[in-house]
Amino acid sequence: MKKMMTLGLTAVMAVSLLAGCGSNNNAGSGESGGANAAADASNGADAGGKKKFAIIFKNTGNPYGEKMMEGFKKAIEEKGDEAILKAPDQPTAEAQIQMIEELISQKVDSISIAGNDPDALQPALTKAMKAGIKVSSLDSAVNAQSRNTHVNQADPERIGRTLIQGVSEMIGGEGEIAILSATSQATNQNTWIEWMKKELEDPKYANVKLVKVAYGDDLRDKSVSETEALLKSYPNLKGIIAPTTVGIAAAGKVLTDKGLKDKVKLTGLGLPSEMAEYIESGVCPWMYLWNPIDVGYLAGFAAEGLVAGEITGATGEKFTAGSLGEKEIVADGDGTQIMLGDPFKFDAGNIAEWKEVY
Amino acid sequence: MKQKEWGQPALAVSQGARQTVPKTSFSGSFAKFREMGLLVFIVLLCAGVQLRNPSFLTWENINDIATNTAILAILSVGMMLVIITRGIDLSIGATLALSGMIAAQTVQQMPSLHPAAALLLGIAVGIVCGWIVGFLVSKMDILPIIATLGMMNVFRGLTYETSGGKWVSAHQMPESFKALATGTFLGVNNLIVIAVLVYIAAYYFVNHTRTGRRVYAVGSNPESAAISGIKTDRILWLVYTLMGGLTGLAGVLWVSKFASAQGDTASGYELNVIAACVLGGVSIAGGSGKVSGIILGSVLLGILNNALPMINVSPFWQSWIQGMIIVVAVIINALVKRGIDRNNLMRRKI
Repeated sequence: MKKMMTLGLTAVMAVSLLAGCGSNNNAGSGESGGANAAADASNGADAGGKKKFAIIFKNTGNPYGEKMMEGFKKAIEEKGDEAILKAPDQPTAEAQIQMIEELISQKVDSISIAGNDPDALQPALTKAMKAGIKVSSLDSAVNAQSRNTHVNQADPERIGRTLIQGVSEMIGGEGEIAILSATSQATNQNTWIEWMKKELEDPKYANVKLVKVAYGDDLRDKSVSETEALLKSYPNLKGIIAPTTVGIAAAGKVLTDKGLKDKVKLTGLGLPSEMAEYIESGVCPWMYLWNPIDVGYLAGFAAEGLVAGEITGATGEKFTAGSLGEKEIVADGDGTQIMLGDPFKFDAGNIAEWKEVY
Repeated sequence: MKQKEWGQPALAVSQGARQTVPKTSFSGSFAKFREMGLLVFIVLLCAGVQLRNPSFLTWENINDIATNTAILAILSVGMMLVIITRGIDLSIGATLALSGMIAAQTVQQMPSLHPAAALLLGIAVGIVCGWIVGFLVSKMDILPIIATLGMMNVFRGLTYETSGGKWVSAHQMPESFKALATGTFLGVNNLIVIAVLVYIAAYYFVNHTRTGRRVYAVGSNPESAAISGIKTDRILWLVYTLMGGLTGLAGVLWVSKFASAQGDTASGYELNVIAACVLGGVSIAGGSGKVSGIILGSVLLGILNNALPMINVSPFWQSWIQGMIIVVAVIINALVKRGIDRNNLMRRKI
C-alpha cells in the first residue's frame, strides 16, 4: 500500500514537473513569437529612421497595465516613433529579465519597465544601460542603480492636499473628519497624512476638525471595526478620508449597512471596481486615484526625452510631456523621479467606464 | 506548568461522561464554573471600556460585536475539535479565501443563483479542502502542523490562480448574496443566527453523540482509544473535514459580509481562531475543551477588536494592550481552573 502511494506520488510529481516545463516552453515560444513579430515590424520601420521605445509591464491580462501601455503608446506615436508593448504571462522578475535580454539584442533605444522586483532586475537593466539603452521605471520602481529615472503615479503633496479639499467640499467646509489609514507604519499613507495635516493648517479650514487617525491595517475586519469605532466615538463625524483601497471599501460597506449615506461622507484613494458600488449609491460622492493612461503617457515622454538627450535623469531637469505640460525631475532617495501631479478624480459620471478597467 | 494543569485529560472525559448520570447536580454546576475566571474577566473588561467610552455598551455596539465575532466563533468550533485531537489546522485562512472566492465568482457569473446555493457551494469547497488535509494527517501520518502548513500555501495559491489575481467587488455581487450577511431573522443578524445554530449543533455533537465523545477519547489518549476499538484515523479524518466545512461556510459569510473577495482574504486569520480556542480553555496538549469555553474565548477576542479602537489609545500601544489582555486572561483562567480542579479532586476523595 505504502509503496503504491509512493509510486503514485512520484508519478504525480513527475507529471506536474513536466506540465510546468511544458507551459514554460509554450510561454517562451509565445514570447519569442511576439518578439519576432516586433522585430519584423521594426526592421520595416528602420528604413524610416523611427526610434524604438519598449515598455514592459508586470504581467499580461491586467487591465490596469493595458491602460498604462495604451498611454505609453499614445505618447510615443505622438512623437512619431515606434512603441513595443510587452508583458510576461506571469508577474515574475525572471520573465521580465528574459524580455529585457530580448530587447537588448533587438537594439531598442529605450526600455520603460514596471518592475516585478526592485532589485532582481538590476543585472539585466545595467547591462541594457551599458548597451546604450535608456532605462526608466514607471508605476513600481526598480532600484536607483538600475534606472535613469522613475515615473511616479502621483505627487504625495497633491494627494494629501486634494483629499482635504475634497472632503471639505463634501461636508460644506465645517465639521469633524477622521482618517482611516492602512498600518501606522505605511510610508505612502503617512506621507499623504502629513500633507493633509499641512493643508488643514490653512485658515479656510478653521471649522474642519481632524478628530482621529485610525489604522485599519489594510485588513477588512480591522478596517470595519475601526470605522464602526469612529462612528460611535465621534457621533458628530461628518467625513472620513481613507487613503487606502481596503480601508475605503470597508468604510463604504459600513456606511452602507448602517444607512449613514447622508450623514457621513466618504472619500479617499480606492480602486474604481471596488468602489463602484459606493460611488454609484452616493455613500462616497467621489474619490481619487492616479490615472494609469497618464502614467504611461508621461513615461512615454520621459523615455523620448532621455533618448533625445533633452534630459539625463538628473534632479532639476525639465521637459514637456505632451498634453500634461512641463514636468520636473525631483530627487527620490538615491535616484530621481518624475511626479504625475494631481490624482485623478472618480465620480458618478465616470465610474461606470472605469469600474471595468481596474 | 500547562502540562500539569491540563495533564488530566481523562478527567475531562469522565466529567463529560458523568453529565449523563443523574446524580451530577453539583459536578455539573462546577463544570460550568471552570470558565468562571474568563467570564469575570470579560465583565471587568467591559466595565473598564464603558468607563472610558460610554457608547461601548449600547445596543448597536453589542450587535456590532456579535456580528463581527460570528465568523470567528464558527471557525473556533472546528478548531476546537482539531485541537482536542492534539492537532492544529493552519490552512483555514487559505481555505476560507478559496471557498469565498469560488462562491463570489459563481454569483458573479450567475447573479440569479439563490444565496443558499452559494453557501452550499462554499461549504462543499471547504469540505473538499478539509478532506484532503484530513487524509494527509490521518492516512499519511503527516504531522498536522506540517500538513496544514503545506496545504495553506497550496490553497492560497489556488485562490490566486482561480481569481487570476483579481478581486471580486461589491458591484459584481448580486444584492441577494450580500443580503446573506446583512439580512436579519426575527430581528437578529443572519451571521449571529448561523453561529448560534452551529453552536447548538456542536454542543449536541460533542456532548451527546458517540462520535463526539470519541473525539475526546482520541485526543486524551490515542493508544488506549485505538485499543478500545475506536478507529482513530477515521475520527481524525472527520474532524479535519468538519473544520473544512465550517471554514467553507465562514468563507462565504466573510465575502458576503465585506462584499469583496480578494486573494489575500483572511491571511493569518487562523492564528486568531487558535487564540480564541486557547483563551477558551482548549488544551493544546489535546483531550480537553468545551463549547462554552470557546464561546467566551471568541467573545473576548471580539470585544477586544471592538473595544481597542474605542478607548482611543495610540495604535502603537494597541497590540501591546491586546497581547497583555490575552496573557492576563489566560493566567486568571488557569488559576481559577486549577482551584476548581483541586476542589473537584477533593470532593472525589470524600
